[in-house]
Amino acid sequence: MTTATASTATPVRTYRDYDRPLWQRLLLTREMAIVGLLVIVAVVASVSVRGFGQPITLTYLILDVTPILLIALPMTLIMITGEIDLSVASVVGLSSVLIGVLTQAGAPFELAIVVALVAGAIAGAVNGFLVTVVGLPSLAVTIGTLALYRGLAVGLLGTTAVTDFPEFWTDLAKMKLGGSNVPAVLLLFLVLLVVFVVLLHFTPFGRGIYAIGLSKTAARFSGVHVERTKLVLFVLSGTIAALAGVYYTLRFGSARGDNATGLELQVIAAVVLGGVSVFGGRGAIHGVIAGVLLIGILASALRLANVTSDVINIITGVLLVASVVSNSFLAWLRTKRRAPGGTARAKASAAG
Amino acid sequence: MQTDTPQTPAPPMLELSRVVKSFGPVVALRSGSLQLDSGSIHALVGENGAGKSTLVKIVAGLYRRDAGEFRLRGEDVDFTSTAQSKAAGIAVIYQEPTLFPDLTVTENIFMGRQPVNRFGRIDRKAMRREAEELFQRLGVRIDPERPAEGLSIADQQVIEIAKAVSLDARVLIMDEPTAALSGVEVDRLFAVARSLRDEGRALLFISHRFDEIFALCDTVTVMRDGAYVATTPIAETTVDEMVRQMVGRDVTELFPKTEAEIGEPLLEVEGLTRTGVFHDITFSVRSGEIVGLAGLVGAGRSEVARAVFGVDPYESGSVRLGGRTLPRNRPDRAISAGIALVPEDRRKEGLVLESSVARNLSLVIRNQLAKAGIITNGAENRAARVWASRLEVKTNALSTVAGTLSGGNQQKVVLGKWLATEPTVLIIDEPTRGIDVGTKAEVHRLLSELAGKGMGILMISSELPEVLGMADRVLVMREGRITAEIDRSDATSENVMFAATHAAAQTPGAHS
Repeated sequence: MTTATASTATPVRTYRDYDRPLWQRLLLTREMAIVGLLVIVAVVASVSVRGFGQPITLTYLILDVTPILLIALPMTLIMITGEIDLSVASVVGLSSVLIGVLTQAGAPFELAIVVALVAGAIAGAVNGFLVTVVGLPSLAVTIGTLALYRGLAVGLLGTTAVTDFPEFWTDLAKMKLGGSNVPAVLLLFLVLLVVFVVLLHFTPFGRGIYAIGLSKTAARFSGVHVERTKLVLFVLSGTIAALAGVYYTLRFGSARGDNATGLELQVIAAVVLGGVSVFGGRGAIHGVIAGVLLIGILASALRLANVTSDVINIITGVLLVASVVSNSFLAWLRTKRRAPGGTARAKASAAG
Repeated sequence: MQTDTPQTPAPPMLELSRVVKSFGPVVALRSGSLQLDSGSIHALVGENGAGKSTLVKIVAGLYRRDAGEFRLRGEDVDFTSTAQSKAAGIAVIYQEPTLFPDLTVTENIFMGRQPVNRFGRIDRKAMRREAEELFQRLGVRIDPERPAEGLSIADQQVIEIAKAVSLDARVLIMDEPTAALSGVEVDRLFAVARSLRDEGRALLFISHRFDEIFALCDTVTVMRDGAYVATTPIAETTVDEMVRQMVGRDVTELFPKTEAEIGEPLLEVEGLTRTGVFHDITFSVRSGEIVGLAGLVGAGRSEVARAVFGVDPYESGSVRLGGRTLPRNRPDRAISAGIALVPEDRRKEGLVLESSVARNLSLVIRNQLAKAGIITNGAENRAARVWASRLEVKTNALSTVAGTLSGGNQQKVVLGKWLATEPTVLIIDEPTRGIDVGTKAEVHRLLSELAGKGMGILMISSELPEVLGMADRVLVMREGRITAEIDRSDATSENVMFAATHAAAQTPGAHS
């Protein structure tokens, strides 16, 4: 605490920008802890798991995690405002089915993609409308639309699957960059990554997102468009989920009503693991990317090591719980350190 | 059940003398004294911040006193919890009781101490019978089996009183119980209070309404600035005398008000109405002018400010700034037009507490700080440094979390974030609530200086000295309406307080 220095007599107070040096601010963060863990797991896996180091593994890893990476971008922003979107996997399914139905009916594939994306945007707008205008909690709204959109998807196509897609498009989804083993779809993700990093970390809109998550009331009193911001984010989330649906359909060459069932939980798990607070206000995109990759690499390496999927689930689950617990633990440590040490110690000794 | 109290020269039921309570550097109670006798209704009056609630909270066991004496039936007591206070026979009935809405009236009365039959099960019949007896004793008719949900505030209070009586509380404290009641409900509450007095209980009645005090109470204690002023039998005092005791002090010296040139009207509010909250509010704030908005807590002042700024809705009326009408419900438009609002609750409304000083100072101007849509930490820090140093915020780094600053420094950050928008009209709600004396003077000096530069300031304050010391013109609100507009030269504690409290101006002879 600054002691009572004569406030008016002191000439001009100087302020440092930060109370910690740069390296601490960069490295001693929750996000970097996940990045570090990711590096360790990747190194250990490539050394000890046979076949993990092969280029083909990397190819499949990227192809597999791409939908999660894509959806995690808007999900991060939504969760930082303190909301959640559980309907994303159903939107993936709906988008996939729309493409299937339209292709089956002979519509050009480009049109099918546009319709799917617009449908995703509308699905997101419905979520956003119910959350911001009607004022319902997003958890309840998106559990509802999770069922609704999935129902629509299955209803439209029944239990059949459409598998006949233009070869140009299915090849595009699996195309590799140059002669390398890196799938071209990574480029799509990188473009969106840059957009979302700028949006969240370098625009006034992004500053508003954090303010909303930390204190909705104070944000509103500061002229932040709380409702409009959330509506935009839900529309973005629906649109990106639909885009992931397009990719999903092409990657597996199959449009089905039950495509990507349960994917929302993988996305949310990765976002939370990446350091986004479930209460809103905290998190950064690099942490989330590391979270997605960590879960992806872990699962892929364990699968190669012939670990059964139940055990993989258990390990991911433990990791997730540990990350949430460590978050609360660190927060508790911080408040302890911040509280005037005297009183904390006095209380402890009085109790003893 | 407890039986009769010792007869003859009995010590007072409850006695507090020279009680002191401070919170950090802020002294809430300098010397509080109060004496309650059984079979008597005692009134406690004073301005907002006079220390009434602190005193009540000490009696209720919510706070522990730092010094002074506290005796119950002549014995020294020292409550460390509300449970101890309850067990000693003290019950506090708050303005808005908190009942369990889904439980029945009976269940609410006996919450946590339900009578049980010999099988260890709750004896519903006995419970209901007892509730009926209680209501009969109090002379009220409430169905004991109905759920608490949907009961009027008056009925909820009666249930709290019934609970207190069933616990055989000897001391009942009612903290502004009539604030939300209609005339008939007030009459019924008073009938209940009188029957409790006649049973030999001691009652304390806190109210701002003089007509009610004169109608109900036997004695009155006046407090001012955290200290006891006087206790008088009600028959021996008058409204004027009580007002004088409540405010009597020299008020001008603390406030460095400098004369500013008053210019054109900037903010013009006309006929602003929100049913049940405020009605037909018309006023203007001119350039260089500090307009004080006085009144009691709950008179609707903050609500008016929030509606003008656009964070609260209103039904009719208009808000104009520099001749241009502002749209409703659009704080962003109000901000870009040049209005700033330093809100009442700085921890909830004013600051993003968990965010840094820099982010808080730059939040409102984030759009201006962005270049080609891109905002950086560097730009934010530069802007924040300007305002942190101009207002002398006491912190080492701009990255300090705002919530860790002291109240006064938090208020400076709120002021800074709004002054950064270069407003033409500043609305400031309770500018110095809960901040230390030194910072208080700094804030007052700053307000004077801003007015001197041509800013129009609307200052809401519950502290009369602050209003009288700072304002060029005083508007007084009572129960959602502006009841007086008084020029600086004519404003006195008495006439402001009178306009803020007195219903007699509209209903002559209310107290007989």
